[in-house]
Amino acid sequence: MDWGSILAETVNKFFGVQAAYFALAAIGLNIHFGYTGLLNFGHAGFMAIGAYGLAISLQNGVPLLLAVLIGLLAATAFALLLGAPTLRLRADYLAIVTIAAAEIARILFRATEIAGFNTREYTGGSTGINGFADPFKDLNPYTGSVDLWFVSFSRNDAWTVTVGWALVLLSVLFVHLAMRSPWGRVLKAVREDEDAARALGKNAYSIKMQSLVLGGLFGALGGMIFVLGQSSVQPTPQDLGAPKTFFIWVAVILGGTGKLWGPVIGSMIFSALLQFTDLTLRGFQEEGIIPTWFMDGVQVGQVRFILMGLGLMLLMAFRPQGIFGDKRELALDVR
Amino acid sequence: MALLLGFWSGTAAAQDDEPGFRGTLTATPEEGDRFPVEGVRVVLTADGAEVGEATSGADGTWFIAAEAGSYNVAVDTSTFAEGISLKDPEATSRDLELSPGQSRNVLFALIEGEGGAAPNVKSDLERIPGLVKDGLIFGLIIAMSSIGLSLIFGTTGLTNFAHGELVTFGAVTALGLNKAGLHILLAGLIAVPLTAAVGAGNEVGLWRPLRRRGSGLIAMLVISIGLSILARYLVLYFVGGRRETYNQFALQTDGYDLLGFRIVNREIWIIIISMTVLLAVAFAVNKTKTGKAMRAVADNRDLAESSGIDVERVILTIWIAGAGLAGLGGILFGLNQGVSWNMGFELLLLMFAAVTLGGLGTAYGPLLGSLVVGLFINLSTLIVSSEIKNVGALLILGVILLVRPQGILGRGERIG
Repeated sequence: MDWGSILAETVNKFFGVQAAYFALAAIGLNIHFGYTGLLNFGHAGFMAIGAYGLAISLQNGVPLLLAVLIGLLAATAFALLLGAPTLRLRADYLAIVTIAAAEIARILFRATEIAGFNTREYTGGSTGINGFADPFKDLNPYTGSVDLWFVSFSRNDAWTVTVGWALVLLSVLFVHLAMRSPWGRVLKAVREDEDAARALGKNAYSIKMQSLVLGGLFGALGGMIFVLGQSSVQPTPQDLGAPKTFFIWVAVILGGTGKLWGPVIGSMIFSALLQFTDLTLRGFQEEGIIPTWFMDGVQVGQVRFILMGLGLMLLMAFRPQGIFGDKRELALDVR
Repeated sequence: MALLLGFWSGTAAAQDDEPGFRGTLTATPEEGDRFPVEGVRVVLTADGAEVGEATSGADGTWFIAAEAGSYNVAVDTSTFAEGISLKDPEATSRDLELSPGQSRNVLFALIEGEGGAAPNVKSDLERIPGLVKDGLIFGLIIAMSSIGLSLIFGTTGLTNFAHGELVTFGAVTALGLNKAGLHILLAGLIAVPLTAAVGAGNEVGLWRPLRRRGSGLIAMLVISIGLSILARYLVLYFVGGRRETYNQFALQTDGYDLLGFRIVNREIWIIIISMTVLLAVAFAVNKTKTGKAMRAVADNRDLAESSGIDVERVILTIWIAGAGLAGLGGILFGLNQGVSWNMGFELLLLMFAAVTLGGLGTAYGPLLGSLVVGLFINLSTLIVSSEIKNVGALLILGVILLVRPQGILGRGERIG
């Protein structure tokens, strides 16, 4: 077993496309859960809507920046639709509605026709959309693969990673400024005690709605980087369904909710951790340490989900504030 | 559970996420349910050269492993059994792309009878009785599965996202016993208590300690989501990703023609079992001492405790009964639509819709809400295609939260 290459690939994942788009989506979820206490369990829905908005627009010849804007507008509409019936109610209703709405979005993207209207022409049905990312790839300034002393990326990945991390840094800066502002303080006040915030004349419903929209925009951006990176968007659960939402949740909680850099660091560690377990298990398998009757190649891929579920449970039970979080900043008992 | 499932996990060789092409060949007869077609040769060609082939198994499934690329997938019509033909006689092959690591489903629509002949298409009006029947049956299944979800919420405040996995567990355990040779009725009789035991284990091993530690409801909600993922992928790990059917009642066409619709024996069994169980539950909740204690705890926990009710015992009883019912619901769901590793999660969203519609925390709310959701889903196929029928139920959820968030039977107290 080649520990050197396992280590190298793990380090690569710290800075790879996955860590970057996880981080973007996690920054959004951190605005929802960490700063406002909103239980958004449909983050993959925001990612899917951003991704499809971008892909369908690009496919139909819309310029790149306008296509991004269309994806963001679609995500805004989705957030408003989700927030309207739920944000006045107890926190767990938002959880139920968001998880359902993300699933609705995915089913609709997968459908071939909706009430007689042929949607496959636009969404590609269960095949999704492939090869729409050329306008993005054409901007690639790199001429070949990129090798730094600790990471190496193919030409395409290098460009996606550059754009992805640039967006992450801008987003962190934005969140930093937003949370220092009076608006950010109201957001935290609503998380801590909604009634108190209301008593002081703050419109809690409106503030929560603004937070839902804002976080959703980052989710949509994350989805866009994700599908631009693989230049394909597919309505599978692994790509844009509930499992993806839960991955982002683990990343946020791991890094520390309500912390500026928490979601970014959580995403990097979690991406690397996933890669490391995957490669180690496959290595053990090739060496015959794990017999194939116990775990075959397909099952190795499933182990990461089992570990993710276990990780989410253990983190929440024993260290809900994550690695860098502060327990006092945790919105666990809002109702 | 690992041991129980281990002995037949080997059968699921071609798993859902292995890259390649796959499909299930089923034929639609003029009357009755679709049935699988065995022994059909499927050929995969790339650039005119044959690169793989497969023959459909007893359950109609076939799988050809393939790397990424452009392919042509064709069925060999000469291998069709007597009386089977393609719905569209021209559509013998299909040009498809495979992206890296992708597993693509390829459908070939087969019918029993001559190809090209218009299948017996019913008008919308004629379809309504059959859809109402399907809707009521599905509603009964949702109702049975979701009573526990509602009562657990009512007594402990826990929004249990892992409830769907109890449904899956019941169905999958019965499937394992069924494949080992037991008749499904017998397998069900063993699987339901096992699911109830898992429910009790959930309460005693996880939720009770967490409540004692003073974990918040939100933390417990997130933990239940973690548990749901853990359990779901454990089932996938040990059982595999294929949808399987029980040995009995799977493709039954025996039944009765009633006023404008046909009901098969399997469906009669589902109705009898679920109606009996639901009536028994209603009686128990209404008349027995434990049932009264349950309602008291759901109503006001502190008041119930101070009047001498052993709240922890009542909660444990609810977990046992609720999990057993969920397991039974899963078995009936499996009878109707086949068993798969994520069936419980799919049902969970509908259960939430049903429970919220009826009134979260009430005993009868789930029943009412489930029937409405079941009917609505099936009747909505009059307007939308059946692949997106579940969307309707989830839309109901949004609407009911806007206009009457406490549900039809819930009390109008403030829940904001």
